[in-house]
Amino acid sequence: MFFCIGTNMTEAHPVAATYLKNAVVNGAKLIVVDPRRQRLTDYATLFAQIKVGSDIAFLNGLMHILIKEDLYDKAFVEQNCEGFEEFKTHILKNYPPQKAAEISGVSVEKIREIAHLLASVKPCMVCYTLGITEHTSGRNNVVSVANLQMLLGNLGMESAGVNPLRGQNNVQGACDMGALPNVYPGYQAVSDPAIKEKFEKAWGVTGLPDKPGLVIPAMLEGLPTKKVRALYIFGENMANSEPDIAHVEHCLESAQFLVCNDIFPTETTRFAHVVFPAAAWSEDDGTFTSSERRVNRVRKVSAPPGQARPNWWIFKEIARRMGSSWDSGSGPEIWDNEISVLAPSMAGIKYSRIEGNGLQWPCPTMEHPGTPFLHKNGKFSRGKGLFTVADWTPPAEVADAEYPYVLSTGRRLFHYHTRTQTSRAGMDAILPEETADISVQDAKRQGIANGDMVRVWSRRGEVTVKARVTEEVPPGMVWMAFHFREGNANWLTNPVFDPFTQTAEYKACAVNMEKKT
Amino acid sequence: MKVTINGKRCETPAGKTILQAAQANGIYIPTLCYLEKIGALAKCRACAVEVKGNPNLLTACNTPVTEGMEIFTDSDRAVAAQRYVVDLALSSGNHDCMICEKSGDCELQDAAYFLKFEDKDFRRGNYPTDIDDSSPFIRVDHNRCIMCGRCVEACNRIVVNGVIKIINRGFDSRIGFDCDDPMGESSCVQCGECTQVCPVGALTNKKSIGKARVWEVEKVRTTCPYCGVGCQQELHVKNGRIVKVTSAEDGSPNKGRLCVKGRYGYDFIYSEDRLTTPLIREKKGEFREASWDEALDLVAKKFKDIIKKHGPDAIAGVSCARSNNEDSYQMQKLFRSVLKTNNIDHCART
Repeated sequence: MFFCIGTNMTEAHPVAATYLKNAVVNGAKLIVVDPRRQRLTDYATLFAQIKVGSDIAFLNGLMHILIKEDLYDKAFVEQNCEGFEEFKTHILKNYPPQKAAEISGVSVEKIREIAHLLASVKPCMVCYTLGITEHTSGRNNVVSVANLQMLLGNLGMESAGVNPLRGQNNVQGACDMGALPNVYPGYQAVSDPAIKEKFEKAWGVTGLPDKPGLVIPAMLEGLPTKKVRALYIFGENMANSEPDIAHVEHCLESAQFLVCNDIFPTETTRFAHVVFPAAAWSEDDGTFTSSERRVNRVRKVSAPPGQARPNWWIFKEIARRMGSSWDSGSGPEIWDNEISVLAPSMAGIKYSRIEGNGLQWPCPTMEHPGTPFLHKNGKFSRGKGLFTVADWTPPAEVADAEYPYVLSTGRRLFHYHTRTQTSRAGMDAILPEETADISVQDAKRQGIANGDMVRVWSRRGEVTVKARVTEEVPPGMVWMAFHFREGNANWLTNPVFDPFTQTAEYKACAVNMEKKT
Repeated sequence: MKVTINGKRCETPAGKTILQAAQANGIYIPTLCYLEKIGALAKCRACAVEVKGNPNLLTACNTPVTEGMEIFTDSDRAVAAQRYVVDLALSSGNHDCMICEKSGDCELQDAAYFLKFEDKDFRRGNYPTDIDDSSPFIRVDHNRCIMCGRCVEACNRIVVNGVIKIINRGFDSRIGFDCDDPMGESSCVQCGECTQVCPVGALTNKKSIGKARVWEVEKVRTTCPYCGVGCQQELHVKNGRIVKVTSAEDGSPNKGRLCVKGRYGYDFIYSEDRLTTPLIREKKGEFREASWDEALDLVAKKFKDIIKKHGPDAIAGVSCARSNNEDSYQMQKLFRSVLKTNNIDHCART
């Protein structure tokens, strides 16, 4: 059984979705929870069309029923978890199904039906994507999903667990490599003196910084205030992908010194003082790490065009010109001689072992076969699984008289993010422009026909795009993507962030809309 | 389990089909509809074999072996049946190998060659061109289709998109999309699974047409550059250029499957828009081309100046969730060990 919440899998992770569909054809149950009647719902046993940003209330309502009706996995909770009594009291007191129904817009009967189905099949795998994380309550959304799976005892075995489907080909890897302000490669804390010493020794330096650094929103905010003087952007098109484009461009414009590595000129490189031409996919040997923590080989088939060079070489050259000489001279050398030596969870992964299928970390030794799923037999990395109370909070901006619609955003099948690649691979032939997806009811009420131009505006900006009138979208919602510069949803989105994760609330802001005359 | 195939004693595990036992022992039986990942359809009948004690010919693809079975794949009766099926397929369309994209990798061609065809026996007149060119990435040539049904099974059972079906009856039967719409106007999502399973040149990749004969390419396994699923691809490379992308059937996690971006989104690397030289922005705002030395020295100098004046935390870096692990490692190493700041992040949250 699958419980998919906030994941538009058939479009954003199409191949992963085929396996769900196979399982459903073979008799597996599928519960889909989403504000939109997107394609995955066609295969669902049960579909709960929740209101945008109501996930925690809905999940807590489910858990209320599971606890009240004594349908949860008591043995798993007792043996492997802690904090349950406090959690239970809080949920029973504060999230009766009626309240969950009012907030989420899903009927009490439907919530109960889903709770009963969840309690009747084991294991159940939870899949989520950015529908869970891109909220000001993103961290609490994730916590609630984890609470549900602990309550159901659906952790530590195959076909179970909490599975975030990661968006980019190597976003898992970039995290694993320590491209994060608080950890070295392999999630080793920068604040740990022993770890600091280990890296100082390995890199032949002293005085490695031990204070966590800035996350992206703080970097951008630091540009106009001059807290940040120089910004180095490697392969990101932030001028289109960050919320509130006008503000982001103001930040980038005020950078004293901006450096970019990229393969194409982008809306972001316009602001750079120096642009380095980089090798692209298939022009360098390396590895990507997938959603399932699998380190896979990426192979070179041709040299980069012109004078473009591999990114690792560019960083090495800057280091050299600042007085540091690094030994490794290729992707394989960097991995085998540095990464796998310094990150204990990847110590057993060497290029010689991933010629065919990749290996899933943790893989601590050369004999280790890799780890397909975590927390085996309910043994969590922190010891006991901790039930954490998470309360529902609404999105930072909700619909009101002036801005009566909720804008939610996401991805479409035929393009990838800001289209730097897919627009140059013929995908515009299928999807040539952005649309505002609106409900049949709203279209009727506002006299908008499919294909009419509409003006959509928020407190931050406005766009004019074609309307796509569709039954996927519920009344009261405008749904858009950020693939095109023209009509990019990020002219409208709200730059407010989850206080724990600093993830922006791309999934909810208030807008208004009218037919363009 | 002991069996004999064409008089040769063979060992085979129980539960295998005649076809699998033969393949494991290096014996070729013509097949057109059989594909391991789809399973035995037993539709085309090209794998007809004779088994001692059985009055009828049996299809090798779906007949399990039994202890002591005596199988003849090359008896006169078996070969006559195989030839008949292949002859009908050859005669029912324009199988013009010389100009077919699939030549050299075509299972009908393999079967006909194996069975030593010199000509086809049936003539059904000329076939008018019947090509559906309506979709951006897949070319459908109905006259090369042998109605094996693999694409129908793949579309419905493997990727579960439910677009392809067989429509009409008898001579008029053909593969159709939704309600016999042109592919480009149907609900097809262009994942190309049908092109991956098509045994002949009926479903081919438009981007690849005319780029290389199959025997000219080297296949290079790699990982897809789009989403986080990590699909394994096989790049078909001729003279250092990717001419087609398919997927390794045994590769984890995708086992031969790809999506529209994975299969057809590869050629952005050949765009004329690629950055090919370092650029420095002049005071006026215009970019000018620069040498690596000049651009790298400028960055190193600026970083040193800023650190000197404002401290290392006045520099921040955003790494790339699209590029290789090794690149992200290098960037955080530069920031931590050389610039001495932890101001390194990437779009982990979006």
